[in-house]
Amino acid sequence: MNHKRKSQTIGWVFVLISTVFITIFYFYPMFQALLLSFKSGMGNNLENVGFSNYKRLFGDPTFIAALKNTFIYLIFQVPIMIILALVFSVLLNDPKLRFKGFFRIAIFLPAVTSLVAYSVIFKNIFAQNGIINKFLIDISLISEPIQWLTNPILAKIVIIMAITWRWTGYNMIFYLSGLQNIDASIYEAARMDGANAFQIFTKITIPMLKPIILFTSITSTIGTLQIFDETMNITNGGPGNGTVSISQYIYNLSFKYTPDFGYAAAVSFVIVILIVLFSLIQFRVAGDRK
Amino acid sequence: MKVFKRAFTYIFLSVAAFFSIFPFFWMVVSSTNKSVDVTKGRLLPGSHLFENMKNLFETVNMGQALLNSAMIAIATTVLALIIASLAGYGFEIYRSRKKDILFNILLLSMMIPFAALMVPLYRMFGGISQTLPIIGIDTLAAALLPTITTAFLIFFFRQNTKMFAKELIEAGRIDGLSELGIFFKIFMPSMKTAYAAAAIITFMNSWNNYLWPLVVLQSPEKQTIPLLISNLGSSYSPDYGVSFLAIVIATIPTALVFFLMQRHFVAGMMGSVK
Repeated sequence: MNHKRKSQTIGWVFVLISTVFITIFYFYPMFQALLLSFKSGMGNNLENVGFSNYKRLFGDPTFIAALKNTFIYLIFQVPIMIILALVFSVLLNDPKLRFKGFFRIAIFLPAVTSLVAYSVIFKNIFAQNGIINKFLIDISLISEPIQWLTNPILAKIVIIMAITWRWTGYNMIFYLSGLQNIDASIYEAARMDGANAFQIFTKITIPMLKPIILFTSITSTIGTLQIFDETMNITNGGPGNGTVSISQYIYNLSFKYTPDFGYAAAVSFVIVILIVLFSLIQFRVAGDRK
Repeated sequence: MKVFKRAFTYIFLSVAAFFSIFPFFWMVVSSTNKSVDVTKGRLLPGSHLFENMKNLFETVNMGQALLNSAMIAIATTVLALIIASLAGYGFEIYRSRKKDILFNILLLSMMIPFAALMVPLYRMFGGISQTLPIIGIDTLAAALLPTITTAFLIFFFRQNTKMFAKELIEAGRIDGLSELGIFFKIFMPSMKTAYAAAAIITFMNSWNNYLWPLVVLQSPEKQTIPLLISNLGSSYSPDYGVSFLAIVIATIPTALVFFLMQRHFVAGMMGSVK
């Protein structure tokens, strides 16, 4: 008994540093953000304003634009990427496929770049005098360069393509290792029963990968809701507020415009709520398993 | 029909591989060209690499940025691995109801977006600057402190600890090792794969971190690689050759770390998803 109690105390010592760090750098600032969101003022001269920051959200066109943009990134990008990653992993899991190693590394390669670095690359590729426009003009598909980054819809498409480019291979790796854990005899039996490739994919592969699909869709959703590096470096939120994300708006409110920390904190609580909401929905949709 | 399907698979994968690789190809080629050739869309290697290198290290001070990023990433990785593995081990080996509750509370921090923490952290480090300037605003310490401990890494080490042979702990106790001694002398050496995977993830995240360093590091001599690249890309008359060379150099360490240890990465990540 005495020994047990002693080892329990030692256990607390092991988890102590982490608990202190997470409390100081996550929970305490989160609590501070909540307090801040009820205050307003320039820089450090703050006064209590009740819920007025939250009321202001509804009439703030930039906030509404940022919310709308972030949603558009989310509802297009995450499903496109997850489906693409699934398709790649199923194709690359075929034992008879040749050049497998090459295709795997090629599709995974984007995941080793930093978000800022690839954003700058994409900005240049899609610039008015960028390589995409040059190519399209050379093959006479267009005569005038396309304004990729100064048209609000095209700019959003470029950002969605950029995120997809960066993360599809990363998610594919998880599916590939998940597929390798599925017993080949299950597929064998399905084929004997006369199931076609599509049926095998929807009835066996998807259900077997469900926990991993849940994991990747939650991490991708959380990541996309927080998107910052890309919009900051590809379009800087423009044209107008055509690509600005919620995180970038918080950054602008705090460090670019005259700092309004209270309002920025209220905006940040919108992302917190969205992340909790979407994670709950995804757990619910994924069903009972975990 | 079968042949047709096969051909389609190869064409589809080749197109995907082309789109994946092309930006890399273009970035490497551009780093050897003059800025004006990059804007002309030149797709062949040029002879301007050394000129670009000279500009990058002499006029932009890439050397300092590399040093800053390396110091932050290495310090973060070493500290993060020790702190998180201690906790993962502690939660699993000395398991109790209260610790399980605490563990779940710590996991909640994964749901907190960094944008929500940025302003309070900035104000916090502003306050620290008054009393302890060595870890205040505009120090490398401030750039790394909030990123050292993540709930994900604790979770990761706890999952991996489940696979650790517990008999070794008893053996260690009989040999008279202290509990910490068992951790450092028995657990750590036997969990190399988990540490390798955690090191890759932490190093890559730290090396590529942008938003917090952007907020907390202000003077030019403190800037890290992502800040330098971002500044190069947004200046009024960017030198594209130099920009792309910086991107190539910034990508080399993470690409190397990753490809040298990719088996560990996948094994470790799968261990934590199951």
